[in-house]
Amino acid sequence: MTAPAPDATVVSTYALRLGDDALVLAQRLSAWSSRAHDLEEDIALTNIGLDLLGQARSLLTYAGEVEGAGRTEDDLAYLREEREFVNCQLVEQPNGDFAQTVARQLYFSTWQLALWEALLGSADETLAAVAGKAVKEADYHRDHAVQWTLRLGDGTPESHDRMQAGLDRLWPFVGELFEVDEVESSLVAAGVAVDSAALRPSWDGFVDGVLAEATLTRPSDPWTATGGRRGIHSESFGYLLAEMQHLHRSHPGATW
Amino acid sequence: MSSGTVGGTSPAGAEQTRTAPTTLWEVFVRSKRGLSHNHVGSLHAPDAEMALRNARDVYTRRQEGVSIWVVPASEIVASSPDEKDSFFDPAADKVYRHPTFYDIPAEVQHL
Repeated sequence: MTAPAPDATVVSTYALRLGDDALVLAQRLSAWSSRAHDLEEDIALTNIGLDLLGQARSLLTYAGEVEGAGRTEDDLAYLREEREFVNCQLVEQPNGDFAQTVARQLYFSTWQLALWEALLGSADETLAAVAGKAVKEADYHRDHAVQWTLRLGDGTPESHDRMQAGLDRLWPFVGELFEVDEVESSLVAAGVAVDSAALRPSWDGFVDGVLAEATLTRPSDPWTATGGRRGIHSESFGYLLAEMQHLHRSHPGATW
Repeated sequence: MSSGTVGGTSPAGAEQTRTAPTTLWEVFVRSKRGLSHNHVGSLHAPDAEMALRNARDVYTRRQEGVSIWVVPASEIVASSPDEKDSFFDPAADKVYRHPTFYDIPAEVQHL
């Protein structure tokens, strides 16, 4: 690589974004524990959540190291305020019914798999190493989402309608996944980050194929939410953080 | 029921096999160094593909295996407890069926 070494703050921000995506979605998925339609699906969803939590731990730890301010993964997960979280708004959206959770998983894991595949070649060794482990996990997450999208979409009229409603409800949060700002573009130039915008065509192709097979319609809502990467979040996010952080804030350093 | 169907709880001719009530599946896992698949338990799933995935999540999350079989529980033919006496007791006094009356030459290995 002949490109100049990227600024540490920017690398830290980028790792934090990817880590927050994984952390927040892991927290959402954990809420399915004992709530899915059967024990098997409870375990499947929480397994996926645990994969994401593992990714989040690696990324937050790395973000803290690169930042150089002595913050640990726990400091970053439990002691930041809402406006300091830089996850995309898609992952913080409420679970809704099972179909809405499946829609969120389909949208996110299709994007995240493409991201990890591209990050395998990152000039940043830590990000490439995280990608090497995460790519297999994301592959399974996407497969899980596809299997359920097909079954709900091409199932009963009720399951079809719910799946379509879940897809429609979350569609406005898809666009943000492919936004590129100056943080990302500077790291793309350095060979560290992935150009998110370049992931869009294959994402569209894959999701369109799944929706067609599942007899579902690609949503067309033109409105796109944005701001997650700048710390702007949707209404329910504060409640998620309160639940996630309350134990650590009430009993700092608590372990079990 | 004809062989190959995965139902067991759905009425014959139900038009929606994919959304039939979940079926019970028996799960067999081959461990990394195991030669054969061993029965590890059962689970519920709507169809074969989901049964495989559920088995992966429920029974191999601690690296228990490298290969999984799932079989509809309704397709397993089992011996009846009522037949236990006639099936199994007659073998009890046939010690000569065990290869314990031979002297093994020292040269024979891996026996």
